[in-house]
Amino acid sequence: MAEEKQKIKMAVYWGAACGGCCVSVLDVHEALFDVIAAADLVFWPIALDTKYQDVEDMPDGFIDLTLYNGAVRNSENEHIAKLLRQKSKILVAYGSCSHMGGIPGLANFSTKEEIFDRVYHDTESTVNTDRILPQTEFEVEEGILSLPEFYNDVRTLADVVDVDYFMPGCPPQTARLVEVFTAIVTGAELPPPGSVIGAGNKAQCDECSRKKTENKGVKKFNRPWEVVDDGETCFLEQGILCMGPATRTGCDFRCIQGNAPCKGCYGPTPDSTDPGAKMMSAIASVIDEKEPEAIDKVLDDLVDPAGYFYRYSLPSSYIRRKMS
Amino acid sequence: MEFNPKIMAFLCKWCSYTGADLAGTSRMEYKPNVHAIRVMCSGRIEPTFVLKAFRQGADGVLICGCHPGDCHYQEGNYKCLRRFHLLKRYVKQMGIEPERIKLEWISASEGKQYAELINSFTQTITELGPCHIKETMEVLT
Repeated sequence: MAEEKQKIKMAVYWGAACGGCCVSVLDVHEALFDVIAAADLVFWPIALDTKYQDVEDMPDGFIDLTLYNGAVRNSENEHIAKLLRQKSKILVAYGSCSHMGGIPGLANFSTKEEIFDRVYHDTESTVNTDRILPQTEFEVEEGILSLPEFYNDVRTLADVVDVDYFMPGCPPQTARLVEVFTAIVTGAELPPPGSVIGAGNKAQCDECSRKKTENKGVKKFNRPWEVVDDGETCFLEQGILCMGPATRTGCDFRCIQGNAPCKGCYGPTPDSTDPGAKMMSAIASVIDEKEPEAIDKVLDDLVDPAGYFYRYSLPSSYIRRKMS
Repeated sequence: MEFNPKIMAFLCKWCSYTGADLAGTSRMEYKPNVHAIRVMCSGRIEPTFVLKAFRQGADGVLICGCHPGDCHYQEGNYKCLRRFHLLKRYVKQMGIEPERIKLEWISASEGKQYAELINSFTQTITELGPCHIKETMEVLT
């Protein structure tokens, strides 16, 4: 069984995530058999009943490849991130949430207190007259029950542990995963640690199939439903916000192909550190007005600039949470 | 201790930096709180620069360019103006006082106006107090 020994050990874990990243791993479809032939999945909560204790019992560096998806939202996410770092040779921040904070990262617009108030008191369907809130520890007859601690801030995986590679996407394209997986399994030369893998190095606009002209000029920003899209013209030129100018390629234009503008899940291009700021720069450039009042009127169409420009990247941006 | 604000100023090479130079060569006195950075055009100033300045401890950011219509590169200052308006909306949403960012047009002959601008902006920021962005960068768990 010499062949058996060459199998790599692989783990997939979800932090603060929706589960989409784990499903994107399953999206390899029948190639999953090839994956299983090349890798032993030693830990994958969505599919396998491995316990945390089993991971703790593994020797350090036991796992060859860990795909950590999801942001770090609570003490459980942080604990497992640190545990998996210790047990893994290669730790990949898989998907927008672990890469940049992702959709859960939008919670950085609120404090822990505001979130608890909303969730446990103010929601229309909640009656909580005793103002009961989750406790991290609670004593019952049988002993102490515990819950993970909910943090005030959402963090990216790299904020908590050293990350070897980043694979962007919400979720990452399965084809990119297969490429990366194949490279690791076949022992191909890997890029230097800290690199973004499974993505292109250009901006979406550079490779977009939609027709662009040189003279972009927008006098009004529209919501997608306000425009009858002709299916060909650049979204920005039609006055529809599109994150293309500030977003990496690698997604195979899934949104654009589906006639939806880019939302920015693949994160900033290699030359930029803050995707939202880059996007603000691009958007402001296309506004075809010169008077402050007229500019303001166009900007009124952008109802939530911070939420739009930092949809996937708030915790990794320069101003990573709202100041209270 | 008296609060001494740190202010970053991005000045375009053609008008505003020359204006600031004029203030200096004319020996005008103005507040020493401003650290000036010369850029080729106000259109070069990306929102990233401003946010990075705040992140690294600036209490206020001043942007100066040529008067509308006078840009050495024709349109740069209009781009700057639009970015400035958008950026103000963004920082407001993030809980930062938009008054901490200021855009003014300073021509090469307006040394006096530059000196006055520095004094009044320093005054504004002193009244606003320190910007706490840096502190909120510490992660609260």
